[in-house]
Amino acid sequence: MYRYDDIDKAMLADRAAEFREQCARRLAGEIDEDQFKPIRLMNGLYLQLHAYMLRIAIPYGTLSSEQLRKLAHVARRYDRGYGHFTTRTNLQLHWIKLADAPDILDDLASVGLHAIQTSGNCIRNLTADPHAGADADEVDDPRIWAEAIRQWSTFHPEFSFLPRKFKIAVIAAPTDRAATRIYDIGLRLHRGEAGELAFEVLVGGGLGRTPYLGSTIRQGLPARHLLSYLQAILRVYNRHGRRDNAWKARIKVLVASLGAEEFARQVEEEWARTDTAPVDLPDIELARIRAAFAPVGFETLPPVSALFEAAKSEDRAFARFARNNVMAHKKAGYAIVNIALKTPGETPGDCSSDQMDVVADLAAHYSLDEARVSYEQNLILPHVKLDDVPAVYAALAAAGLASPNIGLISDIIACPGLDYCALANARAIPIAQAIARTFADPDLADAVGPLKIKISGCINACGHHHVGHIGILGVDKKGEEFYQLTLGGSGGGDEGEASLGQILGPALPAGEVAPAVDQLVGVYLRQREVGERFLDTFRRTGLTPFKEAIYADAH
Amino acid sequence: MPMLIRWRNGAAVAGPDPFTTLEDDAPVPAGDVIVSIDRFQADGERLLGEGRRVGVRVLAEEAVEALAYDLPRIAAVALEFPRFRDGRPFSAARLLRERLGFSREVRAVGDVLREQAGFMVRCGFDAFAPADGATAEQWTRAASRFRHVYQRAADDREPAFAGRGGG
Repeated sequence: MYRYDDIDKAMLADRAAEFREQCARRLAGEIDEDQFKPIRLMNGLYLQLHAYMLRIAIPYGTLSSEQLRKLAHVARRYDRGYGHFTTRTNLQLHWIKLADAPDILDDLASVGLHAIQTSGNCIRNLTADPHAGADADEVDDPRIWAEAIRQWSTFHPEFSFLPRKFKIAVIAAPTDRAATRIYDIGLRLHRGEAGELAFEVLVGGGLGRTPYLGSTIRQGLPARHLLSYLQAILRVYNRHGRRDNAWKARIKVLVASLGAEEFARQVEEEWARTDTAPVDLPDIELARIRAAFAPVGFETLPPVSALFEAAKSEDRAFARFARNNVMAHKKAGYAIVNIALKTPGETPGDCSSDQMDVVADLAAHYSLDEARVSYEQNLILPHVKLDDVPAVYAALAAAGLASPNIGLISDIIACPGLDYCALANARAIPIAQAIARTFADPDLADAVGPLKIKISGCINACGHHHVGHIGILGVDKKGEEFYQLTLGGSGGGDEGEASLGQILGPALPAGEVAPAVDQLVGVYLRQREVGERFLDTFRRTGLTPFKEAIYADAH
Repeated sequence: MPMLIRWRNGAAVAGPDPFTTLEDDAPVPAGDVIVSIDRFQADGERLLGEGRRVGVRVLAEEAVEALAYDLPRIAAVALEFPRFRDGRPFSAARLLRERLGFSREVRAVGDVLREQAGFMVRCGFDAFAPADGATAEQWTRAASRFRHVYQRAADDREPAFAGRGGG
């Protein structure tokens, strides 16, 4: 993976020094909270319901064991011994003291971590396929391009005060594991007819109050022109995106109001006038970044591991973990091991410092020193030898991290909700916990099969409820927490193209949500045809049978 | 005469501002003036004919391309930041410098704070009327905070990739 060189480190050090001075000005009362707000937001520091929250960037979700250990240390020393992994693969610390923030940034900078551009109306931390470098179908490692964009977008002088926040996701495989259609820009790398690397560029996706799926504005963009093309898109948006209304300021609204075709025309026109050579990365720099992601340390192994197979036949719990959490790797004899931060009853995405240390040790010993964070709020050991999976499983189980529920009904995405967040209308975590407890029996969860539940505590949709097979949105009704359910959403991946969920009916009070999910699952189990997942059945039957089950009493 | 911060050879220098910014209906004083695009288009010939220097103030929602053919006669372009967080003038400054080839003064006016000093210099601004009372020394410090940059812009700083051996 990419390691920061002296220049990258100097950038972090300079930023940390700047913020230390700004914090000192605030603590001395030289600037007030209003003036400090945009400054602290540029460093990922939010003021929430109970305390300051620091959002630490994990660029394209990749961590070395040293970095993960540092996150554990920071959470232990400056917070309450745990952190929260988010749907944007960041780590949030929810109980920070302002006076500690500069020290935290120094600690993070010592291992190439930071909180740069994790908030504010700028180009945010990049997202990439969490299986990058381990997936057999990828045409390139998408992190090469994500790292190129990270550098280009960091402290970008023209694009640090956009109309609204801006999120970019990059994939390089046919299966979209990064939900690129719900991003401001989704980039899909593929090989063109002559074998050259080219991007499909999608623009204008986003959830929130007005959800849109991104539209393709460019096919076959030569990969070497990525940065100048991004500059053209961002410039059109910076100049013409709405600034009069924060709810209409995302690029999706500009694209929708102009039409994707007209937006594309404006971008092409801007790009045609751009002197691309100074903007695009030279081949030698791309080669330097590419070399950093080159596979190193893989052994030549047989495709089948007798140890792994024996463990599966001897231990039913391990067999279940292997079935649900272990995925195929591009190298023979290796596997991708998914770690669900979704033990039923726990807060989705939360991870204690001790658990982070365990995962860091496992990454160091068994996964070529790498760990990943997925937008589904789980961790991944991307390069584990099949022979080692039983040992990894045992260590995870001892740390309470071996929940065998990846992709199942209890693998729920949830935002922090009203338990932490100043924007929320309702709590998300207790709803997730109640549903997970309902389906805590692993046999039951296996019988139900793949089912993605996504919960947001407000319309900002940090929990991606629009693209949940079952989406749950917290709303406030006269001071009480209610929940609106949607069905049939999908972020893409192995479910085909992304889709937005349809509203099931009137919102339900908190206590009725988990029972309603149980009823929805009941409808699915009765209606499903052989081989159908929940989403397949819904796409065949539509809303009606589900709606009838929940609202029958109201008829 | 009000003070203005100018960027000269990598440092901020404070000095008197010879320009008077005119509202559209204000009478014309002696000396150099800055007027709106509308007033420049209506009155520009006359103002220039009187032997003064004329600058044009461009609002965030106005396109700098509107000035393209007049730029050789314009002494300064003042780009207005209606609010600290309105980033449109950054694009306008780069277009003036990099696309329209404007080499005279580009000044930042309006809600101009030292937190943006570095970005402004990089986008080609070379004169500043800070709203936060920043001194030239504070402006230099804020604008020179980072030893490296990651991308080319309207200034002459070489990006990290060039320093690493790329082009």
